[in-house]
Amino acid sequence: MKAFTQHTGLVAPLDRANVDTDQIIPKQFLKSIKRSGFGPNLFDEWRYLDVGQPGQDCSGRPLNKDFVLNLPRYQGASVLLARENFGCGSSREHAPWALEEYGFRTVIAPSFADIFFNNSFKNGLLPIILPEVEVDELFKQCEASEGYRLTVDLAAQTVTRPDGKVLGFDIDPFRKHCLLNGLDDIGLTLQDADAIKAFEAKHQQSSPWLFGAIK
Amino acid sequence: MAGKTLYDKLWDMHEVKRRDDGSSLIYIDRQILHEVTSPQAFEGLRLAGRKPWRVDANIATPDHNVPTTQDRQSGVAAIADETSRIQVQTLDENCDEFGIVEFKMNDPRQGIVHVVGPEQGATLPGMTVVCGDSHTSTHGAFGALAHGIGTSEVEHVLATQCLVAKKMKNMQVLVEGKLSSGVSAKDIVLAVIGKIGTAGGTAHALEFAGSAIRELSMEGRMTLCNMAIEAGARVGMVAVDDKTIDYVKGRPYAPQGADWDKAVAQWKALVSDADARFDTVVELKAEEIKPQVTWGTSPEMVLPVDERVPDPALEADPVKRDSIVRALKYMGLSANQPIGEIKVDRVFIGSCTNSRIEDLRAAAEVAKGRKVAASVKQALVVPGSGLVKEQAEQEGLDKVFIEAGFEWREPGCSMCLAMNPDRLESGEHCASTSNRNFEGRQGAGGRTHLVSPAMAAAAAVAGHFVDVRELLN
Ligand code: SF4
Repeated sequence: MKAFTQHTGLVAPLDRANVDTDQIIPKQFLKSIKRSGFGPNLFDEWRYLDVGQPGQDCSGRPLNKDFVLNLPRYQGASVLLARENFGCGSSREHAPWALEEYGFRTVIAPSFADIFFNNSFKNGLLPIILPEVEVDELFKQCEASEGYRLTVDLAAQTVTRPDGKVLGFDIDPFRKHCLLNGLDDIGLTLQDADAIKAFEAKHQQSSPWLFGAIK
Repeated sequence: MAGKTLYDKLWDMHEVKRRDDGSSLIYIDRQILHEVTSPQAFEGLRLAGRKPWRVDANIATPDHNVPTTQDRQSGVAAIADETSRIQVQTLDENCDEFGIVEFKMNDPRQGIVHVVGPEQGATLPGMTVVCGDSHTSTHGAFGALAHGIGTSEVEHVLATQCLVAKKMKNMQVLVEGKLSSGVSAKDIVLAVIGKIGTAGGTAHALEFAGSAIRELSMEGRMTLCNMAIEAGARVGMVAVDDKTIDYVKGRPYAPQGADWDKAVAQWKALVSDADARFDTVVELKAEEIKPQVTWGTSPEMVLPVDERVPDPALEADPVKRDSIVRALKYMGLSANQPIGEIKVDRVFIGSCTNSRIEDLRAAAEVAKGRKVAASVKQALVVPGSGLVKEQAEQEGLDKVFIEAGFEWREPGCSMCLAMNPDRLESGEHCASTSNRNFEGRQGAGGRTHLVSPAMAAAAAVAGHFVDVRELLN
C-alpha cells in the first residue's frame, strides 16, 4: 500500500450530495477480476455520453464536456471535494480503487458512507471529514479560482488553503499510523499471529464442531 | 450489572484481542465466497505470497452472474457473457488452487450464498460468519454474528482468520402480537424500514425479538435479517430457540453425536438476557402490519398496499419533498395514486431475501389455479439453490408456477441485480421479492417495487398490485 504523508494537489469540486458507489464505478465494471484498470471508468455514466463496457478502450469515447472532471481546468486533479454521504450504496471496493487509479489521493467531504470510508483507508486513499461550512467555503474558493490547490498533511492532521488558513481534521490514530507507514492491514494483524493461534486453540476446545467439518 | 445482549455474547465469544485504538480482532468461524468479490482477494494473497490461514473455514459457490436458463447445463465455458464467464471460471480456479470446497455452477448444492450457507449447516448458531456481500446479515437469523465485508476484508480473513471490527451499539426491534394471514416476514421488515428509515440502524447491531418473531419460521427470520442492511445495520440477529436447533439438525455440516449435544447446550444460551440493555428499542404491533409495497427508489419509501403514493406538496421538509418528487418522476407515478393502481410489467420471485422453499410455497399458494395476467410480460421464479429447486419440484410447485404462466429457472441471484441476462427494460415496473429498489438496480431505467412472495404472485395474476389477503380468502 502506498504511504500517505503530505500531499499538495489540484482540487476538483464534485458538487452533489449522496454520490453512491454505483455512480463512482457502475456495476458492469465489477465483473473484472483484477484490482486495477478501473481509473478510466471512474464516474463512467457522468464522464462519457455512451454506455461503457468493461475491457473497452476509453480513449475514443465521446466525453460529456459539462462534467466537472472533463473541464480543462481540473485536469490532473488529485484532491476530490465532495458533499455529504459520499460513497453510499453497495459495498464495492472498486470505488476507492477507481478513485485512486484515476489519480485522487484524498477525498474531502462533510460525511462519508461507512463501508466506503473503511475501504478507502485500506487502499491508501485518505477520506477527510470537515465541517459542512468549511467544505462549503472550499467549494466557493475552488470554483472562484483556477488552479486551486490544497495541501494535506496527515501527520499534522491539517488541510491548508492557498490563503494560508489551516483546517484541522480528526482521524483514528491507528488508521493514521497505517497510512503514514503504508502498512497493509494483513501485515499488521499477522503481528498478532500468536494471539490468534492461542485463541483458536481455546475456541477449538470449547466448540470443536467449528473445525474440520468442511473438507 | 446489566445482563448481556445476544450481540454482546457473540462478540465476547470471538474477541481475540482489543487493540489500542479501540478496534478488536474478531475470530471468524466461517467465510463464504462467491465470484464477484473474491478474485481480487485471491490475487492479493498470491501477490503477497500468503496462504489461507484455515482452508476448512471457507466455502464457495458462484451466484451473482450465473445464468438461470437451462442452457447453462453445458457448463461454465458456455456462459455467453465473457466477463461473467471469466469470474465464474476464476472462482473455480482459485478454489481448486487453494483447496477450498466449492459448489460449482451445476452442482445441485449451488445457489445464492445466503441460501446455501444455512441450508448446508455451514452457518451455525454461535458462529461468526462473513461474506463479501452486504446481505450476509441474513445468517444472523441463526443467532450468529454475520458481517458483510469488502474485498480487502475477504483477503484479510483468508490470510488471518480475523476481522478488524469495532463493537457496535445494540438495537432491539420488538414485534409483539400475531400477524394476519397473508402478511409475512418481508412485510415486517419493510414496515420496520418504513418506520426507522434506511439509516435508522446505522452503527447498531440489530436484534429482532418479540412474539411475532418467535412465531416466524427460520426462512422468515432469514428474510428479516437479510434486510437489516436496508435499515442501515450491518448485522441483524434473532436469538436461538427450538426452531433454530430443529432447522440445523441433520444438515450436512452440522455437528453430530456427542458434539451435537454439546453444541445444543452452548447454543441455548444464545439469547439476550432478560435484563440486557439496548441502546435503542423500536416497537411494532404485528396486528397493525399490512402487506407492504415500495413505491419509490429507496426501501424506506414503502406503504401498505391499501394506501396512496405520497403527495410531495404535503411534505414540509424540503429535502424530503425533493426526494419524493425525484422518486415519483423516476418511478413514473403521480401523487396520490392508489398503490393498487400501479401496473406491473414483470414479476421476479427470488433473491437471497425470498427464494427459499417457504417463499416459493407462499407464492405458489396464490398462483395455484390462476393465470399470470396477459399484460405481464414476464414472471420469473428463481429458486435460491439447487436443493430448494429440487424440493419445490418434489412438492409440485414448479408445475403450479408453469401452469400459471411463470418461468421456472435455475438457481442464482438473477434479476435481483441484473448482473446476468435477467433484467428490466427501461420504464418497466417490476413486483420483486428482492431487497433493493435503487434506480437501475434491476436494469437501467427499471422500476422496482419490493414486496413479499405472496404479494408478487398476486400482482402477477392481477396485473397490478393487490392486497393478497383478498385472493386468499
Ligand atoms: S440475491 Fe441479490 S442481494 Fe442477494 S446476494 Fe444475490 S445479488 Fe446480492
